[in-house]
Amino acid sequence: MRTEELFTWLIPVPPLLSFFLIWLFTSRSKTLSHTVAIGAMAVSWVLSLAVVLYALTTEHFGKTVFASSVPWLPTGDSSLNMGVLVDPLTAAMLFFVPLTCLMIFIYSVGYHNYGKPLDAHDASQPGAPAHNGVEPMYSRFFAFLSLFAFGMLTLVVADNLLLMFIGWEIMGLCSYLLIGFWYARQYDDPKKITPRQAAVKAFMTTRVGDVIMMLGIVYLYFATTTDKAKEILGLAGGTLSFRAILYNEEFLKYLVSQPSVIVGLPLAALIGLLLFAGAVGKSAQFPLHVWLPDAMEGPTPVSAMIHAATMVSAGVYAMVRMFPLLSAGWHEGGALTAPMMAMGVIGSFTALFAATIAVTQRDVKKVLAYSTISQLGYMIAALGIGAYVAAAFHLITHAFFKALLFLGSGSVIHGVEHGAHHSQEHLDPQDMFNMGGLRKKMPITFWTFLIGGLALSGFPFITAGFWSKDEILGDAFANGQWIVFATLAISALLTAFYTMRQISLTFLGEPRTQSAEHASETPWTVTTPLVILAFFAITAGYVGVPETFPVLGPLLQAIHFNRFHEFVGGALLELPAAAAFNVWPLLVSLFVALGGLWLGWMVYGRNPLKAGQADPLARPLGPIYTLLENKYYFDELYDFVFVRPSKWLAETVVYRVIDRTLIDGILHTVARAALRLGGFFKGAEKVVINDPPDYLAGGVQWLGKSFRVIQTGRVQNYLLIGMLVVLAFGGVYYMMLAR
Amino acid sequence: MNFVLSHLVSLIIFTPLIGLVAVGLIPSDQKQAIRWVAFLASLIPAGLAIALWFSYAGGGEGFRFQEQAVWYQAINATYHVGVDGVAVPMILLTGLLTPLALLASFNIDDRVKPYMMLFLLLETGMLGVFASLDLILFFLFWEIGLVPMYFLINQWGGKERRYASFKFFVYTMAGSLGLLLSIQLIGLTAGTFDIARLINIWPSFNKEVLVGVPISMIKTVAFFAFSLAFAIKIPLWPFHTWLPDAHTEAPTAGSMILAGVLLKLGAFGFLRLVLPLFPEQAHRYAPLLALLAVIAIVLGAYAAYGQNDFKRLVAYSSVNHMGFVVLGIAVVAWVAGSPSEALRQSATIAGTGAVLQMFNHGLSSAAMFFLVGVVYERAHTRDLDELGGGIWQVAPIYGGILLFSSMASLGLPGLNGFVSEFAVVRGAWPVFTLVTAISMLGLLFTGAYILKGIQKVLHGPKNPKWAGHNMEMNKREIVVVAPLMALMLLIGVWPWWLASVINEAMKRLVG
Repeated sequence: MRTEELFTWLIPVPPLLSFFLIWLFTSRSKTLSHTVAIGAMAVSWVLSLAVVLYALTTEHFGKTVFASSVPWLPTGDSSLNMGVLVDPLTAAMLFFVPLTCLMIFIYSVGYHNYGKPLDAHDASQPGAPAHNGVEPMYSRFFAFLSLFAFGMLTLVVADNLLLMFIGWEIMGLCSYLLIGFWYARQYDDPKKITPRQAAVKAFMTTRVGDVIMMLGIVYLYFATTTDKAKEILGLAGGTLSFRAILYNEEFLKYLVSQPSVIVGLPLAALIGLLLFAGAVGKSAQFPLHVWLPDAMEGPTPVSAMIHAATMVSAGVYAMVRMFPLLSAGWHEGGALTAPMMAMGVIGSFTALFAATIAVTQRDVKKVLAYSTISQLGYMIAALGIGAYVAAAFHLITHAFFKALLFLGSGSVIHGVEHGAHHSQEHLDPQDMFNMGGLRKKMPITFWTFLIGGLALSGFPFITAGFWSKDEILGDAFANGQWIVFATLAISALLTAFYTMRQISLTFLGEPRTQSAEHASETPWTVTTPLVILAFFAITAGYVGVPETFPVLGPLLQAIHFNRFHEFVGGALLELPAAAAFNVWPLLVSLFVALGGLWLGWMVYGRNPLKAGQADPLARPLGPIYTLLENKYYFDELYDFVFVRPSKWLAETVVYRVIDRTLIDGILHTVARAALRLGGFFKGAEKVVINDPPDYLAGGVQWLGKSFRVIQTGRVQNYLLIGMLVVLAFGGVYYMMLAR
Repeated sequence: MNFVLSHLVSLIIFTPLIGLVAVGLIPSDQKQAIRWVAFLASLIPAGLAIALWFSYAGGGEGFRFQEQAVWYQAINATYHVGVDGVAVPMILLTGLLTPLALLASFNIDDRVKPYMMLFLLLETGMLGVFASLDLILFFLFWEIGLVPMYFLINQWGGKERRYASFKFFVYTMAGSLGLLLSIQLIGLTAGTFDIARLINIWPSFNKEVLVGVPISMIKTVAFFAFSLAFAIKIPLWPFHTWLPDAHTEAPTAGSMILAGVLLKLGAFGFLRLVLPLFPEQAHRYAPLLALLAVIAIVLGAYAAYGQNDFKRLVAYSSVNHMGFVVLGIAVVAWVAGSPSEALRQSATIAGTGAVLQMFNHGLSSAAMFFLVGVVYERAHTRDLDELGGGIWQVAPIYGGILLFSSMASLGLPGLNGFVSEFAVVRGAWPVFTLVTAISMLGLLFTGAYILKGIQKVLHGPKNPKWAGHNMEMNKREIVVVAPLMALMLLIGVWPWWLASVINEAMKRLVG
């Protein structure tokens, strides 16, 4: 095995070991636990960097890849293999995933107040957030975080759909464990969702997508085992390997030509749609988006982990990875395939839909949650219109700035909580209306958050977000997808608007509460990751500046910096043509970013809110504001349409009616009938069966009395009788057997 | 050594009886001695089962380690035992689970001696079924497996134990009755009870022996009688209602074995007898079997979700999980002998998945029932609402272990259950597409009931009920689940070692 392949195998291993080490051995020592976890993550990061460097220095990487696999499950005469693969797309993922994970790990140390003594009250209430002092379940947190990183890294290096799905589901478990980390937390408001409920909601909602995705996997797997497929693939059995399936044009054509179980839909299209359902759940796309905002119940590093570095990007990554299959039969400028159509519609709708909700949220993390949903919609929509590279690009830049924003918001909350502890106020430390003026109290957090916010808004030329968003808009424009273009442009405007709103409410003006007044900057373990991520939130964009972009393009080209398009595009069979430079989408992109920021400034920034002042949008928007604030009432709708009926079906219909009443009813009836029959027989028995034996018994008694004669008490006589009996029986047996 | 190897299967079957005799010789008041002797004695068949595993997995196909001896000459039944790739995993499972169940029973204080003796007798019965290659012998062991379980539930069970044990006994007996009659019918017609021979001659057997009765009718009658007996044991919907009752009332270790091994006897019966002996009938009724399987999967999951008794919830999960076993079997039944190579491969995968699922369910359900027992022993209630949660705070080790086992049961990738469910779904998809798609609803709800259990037991704020109670698991209890957890992880990460043995047997069955 070559070194780079061995390294690839090893990338996910350290966090897994760390998980087991912490769980089994080090959980009593907080220092040891976080050392193990961060150390393991650092090893993974170094290994990943090494692999990325190998990849960057390999000629024509994409044509050649690093891959190796071993048999895992026997399937008749062949086997299903599991292995690792590094192609340009994997390399791009390996660049940012371990890095952001590592930042989040380090951040968690400060976030959970490492170094402060354990508060006696907190220690007596494990499972609830620590009020002051170190988190009592500190070690457990790092164990879960490690397992999460393992899941994500497995997903990234997987060479086949099944291993990817395994990593995918392990992350699902970890997000469940981490969202519900404060499993004992209780709120005064019974309507407010608790972490443990949010955890179940997240798991179940994503599972809806997962089980459908599993059908897609098995369908694809079966499709590779037919005679014709085996001939094309040149394999003995089936396969789920990305290389075998996605980089074989003839096979993709075959999948397009075959009918599926649904009339009128080609095989490739149906498989693509089934797989896409998984991404809808994981990447929180409409209509399975409901879990993500509630996932904010987890500790903040978790939010960053779920919403930036890992889980939600997994859905988009999977779609980027499967793009050749999803787009099988499509050529640039041609009619979209069914999965692409679905992605375009759902993605752009989600982008707009979530952005409108984000505008009215009060919770600093919820704004970011909806903004994540919206940005993921961006990526999905980009894939839908065939902008493969742009989607991957936005995936990466978004990971950096969104991780930054989440960690920043965590820092803000932490600061306000600290202030609340000082001022003895009881308030929601996540409500932006309780903040204000934090720029002076928390300068590092402010400046980094500002960078992240501007990147999210797509602030021109400087931030990474601008380049990736612009590329998506540019591709939509070039492909003539006007509806997608317009929808995404409007959502970009809204994005910039709510980001400015968030920054203004949180950092600008004067403190609106005592807690905000007494807030203080967080420790270095928290701020360092912010600074590092802020660096990438700016620079990560330059790798993707189009060569055709005036001035900057050729400039970066000269130093071979903006290779992203060519590099990641190299993962496809055919290098996608970069869209020619067009000034119109650029102008739109400038207009929406700056316009949105300006609007936000006009409403919230220029005249900062005073304490107790309502949202200035509430009055002009009226009922629309209420509708948005309540997230279009989707939670209530789903509860009414799915959750309650399921409970009723389970408890009442299936258990009580079918099992207890119907089936057991029949059984009991049969049993009673049998009992009655038994009673009848008992009566009959007395006459037919019971009495004759009684006579028989009497007869035997009589016989016994008669035979008393031979009971002489002499042993010789007994032996004689015994022998006669044996002879008689022996004779009978002999006759029977000899026959 | 040679003697051991050449009589390995017989030794495995009958060594529990050594333990039984040894326990019988200890005075009843020496409870601790009885427990230890029974436990240590059960390690002998366990060790032999592992030895069998390693010597079998070495190579070769078909029935191996065969032993044949004169037994019931008058009716032409012999003592014929032997194992194939389906039986070996099951014997391994039984060998491993019994010592753990006995160890789990160390807290039994009431009439320890008969309890342990019954358990060891039960083990012989179960092992005998898996190894039998003679119909009469099969039936004998089948019944031996029934009686001790009846007494275990009836004597050491919960409040409703009489109803539950009666239901269990009568229901299973109803199945056994047809089984016995059909065995006799086959023996009378074919002139032999030897399973290995019958597999070769019975499917094409065409002589009319009973005057006026067409052979096809005999076959159909026997097929249904066999299927019914095994369907009750699995239990297949709608014959499943004895199971929640029996489980809920059985002592913890009884549930472990009942779910872990006894249910497998039914599925094993399908694979050993129904499919090889009645391929035609099995093919004809395979869609019905698949339909019932998916009903079991979906309704089992729903019913589990509808429970408020933790143990009953786990019991219903068995209905749900065993549904996948039956689905896999139905695929094999439908496809066996088909000319399409792709379908045969699918069926092989489905069949392998089914047997793997039997093994996996044996591990996870035993662990789950044990963990329910652990909490019941301390809280004296299994009602999820009465428990009120908050146990994770006072029992972090228990919490971790329960989460782990629950996830295995839920079919989380990386643990064992996923591998087998994936294999079954993969195999079933091209054959019973619609049914497989519907079964996903069951998979979804598996998540719902598992998470419900976790949430209501572990989660929640500090519960004043547990103040002053030691809720944490003790060392003995951890030793009981640790091997199960290790195997769940091992199979989840690396199923090849187990699946390759099953795969060989399935290839022969599918043809």
